[in-house]
Amino acid sequence: MSLRVEGLKIYYRTLYGDVKAVDDVSFTVDDGEIMGIAGESGCGKSTLGNGIMRLDGRMRKVGGTVELDGVELPIGDDRAMDRLRYKELSIIPQYAMSALNPTRRIRTITRDLLKTKKVRYSAEIEEFRRRLDLVGLDEKVLRQYPIELSGGMKQRIVMVISTLLNPSLLIADEITSALDVSTQRAVGEMIIEFRDRGYVKSVMVITHDLSILAQISTTILVMYAGKLAEKASADTIINAPLHPYTQLLISSLPEVGVRYEDRVLSGIVGTPPSLLDPPEGCRFHDRCPFAFERCHEEPPFDEVAPGHFVACWLRSKSSVSADAAAAAPVADGGEG
Amino acid sequence: MRRYFLKKISIYLLTFWVAVTIDWGIPRLMPGNPLQVFLLKFRAQPDAAKYLQAYFYKAFGFNEPLWKQYLYYWDGIFHWNLGVSMFYYPTPVATVIGQHIFYTMGLLVPAIICAYFVGNRLGAMAARRKVLDNSILPASYLISGTPYQWFAMLLAFFLGALWHLLPESNAFAFGTTPVWTWTFIGNFLEHWILPFLSLFFIMLGGWAIGMRNLIIYELESDYAHWLQMLGSPARLVRRYAYRNAVLPQLTGLALALGTFVAGQIVTEIVFNYQGVGLLFFNAITNSDIFLMQGAFLLVIIGVLVANFVIDIVYVLVDPRTRVSMMGAEG
Ligand SMILES: Nc1ncnc2c1ncn2[C@@H]1O[C@H](COP(=O)(O)OP(=O)(O)OP(=O)(O)O)[C@@H](O)[C@H]1O
Ligand code: SF4
Ligand SMILES: [Mg+2]
Repeated sequence: MSLRVEGLKIYYRTLYGDVKAVDDVSFTVDDGEIMGIAGESGCGKSTLGNGIMRLDGRMRKVGGTVELDGVELPIGDDRAMDRLRYKELSIIPQYAMSALNPTRRIRTITRDLLKTKKVRYSAEIEEFRRRLDLVGLDEKVLRQYPIELSGGMKQRIVMVISTLLNPSLLIADEITSALDVSTQRAVGEMIIEFRDRGYVKSVMVITHDLSILAQISTTILVMYAGKLAEKASADTIINAPLHPYTQLLISSLPEVGVRYEDRVLSGIVGTPPSLLDPPEGCRFHDRCPFAFERCHEEPPFDEVAPGHFVACWLRSKSSVSADAAAAAPVADGGEG
Repeated sequence: MRRYFLKKISIYLLTFWVAVTIDWGIPRLMPGNPLQVFLLKFRAQPDAAKYLQAYFYKAFGFNEPLWKQYLYYWDGIFHWNLGVSMFYYPTPVATVIGQHIFYTMGLLVPAIICAYFVGNRLGAMAARRKVLDNSILPASYLISGTPYQWFAMLLAFFLGALWHLLPESNAFAFGTTPVWTWTFIGNFLEHWILPFLSLFFIMLGGWAIGMRNLIIYELESDYAHWLQMLGSPARLVRRYAYRNAVLPQLTGLALALGTFVAGQIVTEIVFNYQGVGLLFFNAITNSDIFLMQGAFLLVIIGVLVANFVIDIVYVLVDPRTRVSMMGAEG
């Protein structure tokens, strides 16, 4: 078990109150697992990834625990986390193309970064060169400045630097969104290659692009409005999803390569709720075509089949037993 | 690289030419013939007035066609022959400026450089600690918001006139002549402190505010966030931010140094400090055309040289300039 997240809540403090961007989220990522995280813009994907990595001044951990390789991460303690960052867990940020200091050479940036982890650059240089070669970069980039490199090159460099110390967990946020289709495929293959070679044990891939998840991920986690909707193997999510939101998300994708962001809003009526004051019960209920009375209570994130988790009363094992009289018939009808 | 510098140099030469031409044109375009105004002073001595008029007409070449006057002017510049000051008649303008520039340089260059370093440090400190930000920033705004003659006058009044701690007027004691003796140097330094302090404080606030804002901007940039995400200590993040933030400040420093030849007119007037600023002030109030021309020429040269230096320095310290330069080369 590489990563175990239990009841994690990360809120943004704002003038108007707390934005509940990640609200009571639990899941696990196994060794060797590449878990995709999908969901509409603003549903909390980046907050989840960044929150595990580093809470910035506006984020607050309200509850929950995160365990990496059996050890609890001191999420709220920036200093203690610093010792683990980069070595145990690492990130390719959403802004990878501008993540390199424009006035320092690649080799200086890398040397400075390694030094903060008490690793000698000279000890890593061979490996660094090998990995640059693996992602198709000539070693002369070491002497270059970020401004001399294309966006895609910078992104690959960030990818190699981020994983140079073989972290257990890699969080990759929107690493394909700014690339053309063939480069996207190549980056996807690199992620798999990195995992296969053991550079990283497990990966969380955050993206808008379901086709890239279909290509590279073992499992897919679907988020909706700060909560988890469904988690299952990539195959199941794409071919046999159970949550009404996932179904609409997938069916609104007629061909591979289309990003659901462009399409989904026409497929699903309405807009996601405000996370400042989210509705009670299932957060999807005012857009869900199957919504029924029970949906005013919050559905649990239940394991309905081995490795398949769904948060929907239609699928919940407890729906029949707990509140049989009212809910069950409608639920069956809805499932039809 | 070569092409870049050739292009730069030709732009500077062109600017120099335009500026000098304007400098040449000013007295000829000035309303009310300043020469006549000046000669009025010699009404009582018609001989002297006549001689002077003849001299200045010749010097200006007013009897010659315009194009010849223009060529004479350029010839004069190349021989550092800027004519004769009317106010300090018969000392040549170049000599008068030479006598005063030492005092201005001795005052302004240390003040600019000290303010630059201390201001940048203070700004960087303010950017990183809330407590300091709440004290340094308002203080900086207060100082740089104060009309600077006011600040200089406060210093002169309290430390000089009222408490007699330091002399508040002149560059050295009245009646002494500038010589290289310890007594004179001590005397000079004593007179130097007040104008230096007032200049230093006036400039300090601006540097501190600029640096603070630049650093805060850098600390919010993506590269800083990524370093923090990877657990880099604040030290490294701050070092990167400081080095990037200092680049725009360098331009400001070069410009401040480039315009120092114009002196700090107000400060020099308040402390009656015989630098170039005071000299120019006298030149203007006395319609001393040649001196004014010489002064403007000095400012032109100062600004152009400063800009040229900063162009070169930027190529050395900022890779972004180097890259765009290569781009221009194709
Ligand atoms: N600094 C902030 N202050 C307040 N609210 C924020 C802040 N950053 C994000 N949010 C809110 O938190 C929610 C989740 O944001 P997040 O960036 O995690 O979304 P996302 O799923 O990554 O979206 P995208 O796909 O567009 O990257 C959004 O509703 C957003 O409005
Ligand atoms: S719980 Fe109800 S509202 Fe929510 S997805 Fe299931 S059926 Fe729809
Ligand atoms: Mg995001």
